[in-house]
Amino acid sequence: MEKTWNNKAWFMVLPVLVLVAFSAVIPLMTVVNYSVQDTFGNNEFFWNGTQWFTDLLRSQRFWDSLSRNLIFSAVILALEIPLGILIALNMPKKGAWVSVCLVLMALPLLIPWNVVGTIWQIFGRTDIGLFGYVANALGFDYNYVQDPVDAWLTVIIMDVWHWTSLVVLLCYASLVSIPDAYYQAAKIDGASRLAVFRYIQLPKMRRVLTIAILLRFMDSFMIYTEPFVVTGGGPGNSTTFLSIDLVKMALGQFDLGPAAAMSIVYFLIILLFSWVFYTVMTATDAQN
Amino acid sequence: MARITLDHIRHAYSPEAEARGDYALKEVHHEWEDGGAYALLGPSGCGKTTLLNIISGLIRPSGGRIAFNGVDVTDLPTEARNIAQVFQFPVVYDTMTVYDNLAFPLRNRHVPEVQVDKRVREILAMTDLESMAKQRARGLTADQKQKISLARGLVRADVNAILFDEPLTVIDPHLKWMLRSQLKQLHRSSGFTMVYVTHDQTEALTFADKVVVMYEGEIVQIGTPTELFERPSHTFVGYFIGSPGMNVMPAQVQGRMAVIGGQEIALAGAPKVAGEGRIELGIRPEFVRLERGGMPIAIDKVEDIGRQKIVRARFAGHPLSIVLDEDQEIPADAGARFEPGAIGIYANSWRVGMEA
Repeated sequence: MEKTWNNKAWFMVLPVLVLVAFSAVIPLMTVVNYSVQDTFGNNEFFWNGTQWFTDLLRSQRFWDSLSRNLIFSAVILALEIPLGILIALNMPKKGAWVSVCLVLMALPLLIPWNVVGTIWQIFGRTDIGLFGYVANALGFDYNYVQDPVDAWLTVIIMDVWHWTSLVVLLCYASLVSIPDAYYQAAKIDGASRLAVFRYIQLPKMRRVLTIAILLRFMDSFMIYTEPFVVTGGGPGNSTTFLSIDLVKMALGQFDLGPAAAMSIVYFLIILLFSWVFYTVMTATDAQN
Repeated sequence: MARITLDHIRHAYSPEAEARGDYALKEVHHEWEDGGAYALLGPSGCGKTTLLNIISGLIRPSGGRIAFNGVDVTDLPTEARNIAQVFQFPVVYDTMTVYDNLAFPLRNRHVPEVQVDKRVREILAMTDLESMAKQRARGLTADQKQKISLARGLVRADVNAILFDEPLTVIDPHLKWMLRSQLKQLHRSSGFTMVYVTHDQTEALTFADKVVVMYEGEIVQIGTPTELFERPSHTFVGYFIGSPGMNVMPAQVQGRMAVIGGQEIALAGAPKVAGEGRIELGIRPEFVRLERGGMPIAIDKVEDIGRQKIVRARFAGHPLSIVLDEDQEIPADAGARFEPGAIGIYANSWRVGMEA
């Protein structure tokens, strides 16, 4: 068959191109633009090459907040994934308590980020906060405003409180889809509780766990609002994660060039992690 | 290997069941001999699976007691009963290889690895799964998976009984036939007590020494295939076993005679009918003769099913099926004659005895 060429067809694609241009390409290019230029005001810009990038990669500040963020994400995953699985395993599969549990689990997910931050900011205060006050009354020297360890503790507990539900709900959904016959067969085969988990429940949950780990990693790696409301990145820089650092640089110091360079590096890191994660997961999938 | 005693077992799925009709299993009081091959036969929802799950301990009966070799096991959990069970739909451990799937029940019971290997290889050979022993169970077809489930049920050498819950439903007909004869062979060589649930009469009759027919939560008859065919003790058995099923029609009994629509039919003896309730006469299509001078019938159609012909007729307004040999002629003025010895009289659906 002969192909017909009609250049008017390009007009059909035009609306999408315009939409994508305004929603993604132009904003991204603005950042790229800033990252390779310098300005002294008056809307005058000078070509700066890769200077901002080399500066960024040589600055201790960047590596500090990056490693803080990686440690944070690692701790979050190490806590929320096992805890989520544990709760999902112990949730009732039928009866009136199912909906009660599901609603309880869904509640934290429905609260806006900054409200979560505010809740824990007040909850942890040593003067009027229930948690902070009780902890001190019991003799623990807890003060998230002054002690970096306490600040980390607060931010981590807050995140676990806020997001473990997501892992629970995902795991629960795959657990209830396992037919009864599997558990019956396991009983007949004399399988221990651990073997049931290892050979029936875990394989069934593998797919949703992949998604849960990816989501929780991305979210915790990009966390901003909650720790910002609770600690503002402090005490000192102890809870200054990448996104908090970025906002400080861009809006606090108005260093647009370095902030743009950092944005791009930040974006590339996330892209890299997603790619590695995806590749590893699909490779193990193919192996099975 | 064990003798299984079901002592007044009944079960209702709802805890507040009171009426007899609320019970999925009304009352089963029976003993299954050690080493027997039993088939539980009945339509869907008649309580077969419930009874099976009670034996394996997946369900605790609402009433009654169950014993293996005289030892009460009613309160023992499934794991402690040493029962193997194969389910209707394949259950395989996806992440394990076929070999490990079979070894799983043995390893869970801490059988030495040498014995595990010997036993697994034996069963793999028997079920023709050797070629895929090293393969992962994921990605196999449904009938391969079901073969694995079946093999896993057979792998333990010391079980009290092996229970099969319609295990061949998902398997294609040719393989079904092969597996069934292998099971039968295994039963002969191993001496396991086997209970086989099915709603397929051919399956039940070819597999079992004794067939247990269930209907609406009750056992209506236990017998050899021949007994079920020749002397069904309930009209349901007559209808369910045999193809086409037994002809059943309302009748009156007068001494050694049955009367249907003014026609008198001679019986082998005088039925012990007390007089009350619904009286019916049952006769298998195989024992109805078509000949000149018989009772008048109206023939609707004749179905040729190969070696036999099935005549669909009406007798005194009631449908009547007759089975004839393929080459048997049907006379134009043919009438029906019932063989007296093959007639059963049923009061309220249950067969009544006859005085000679």
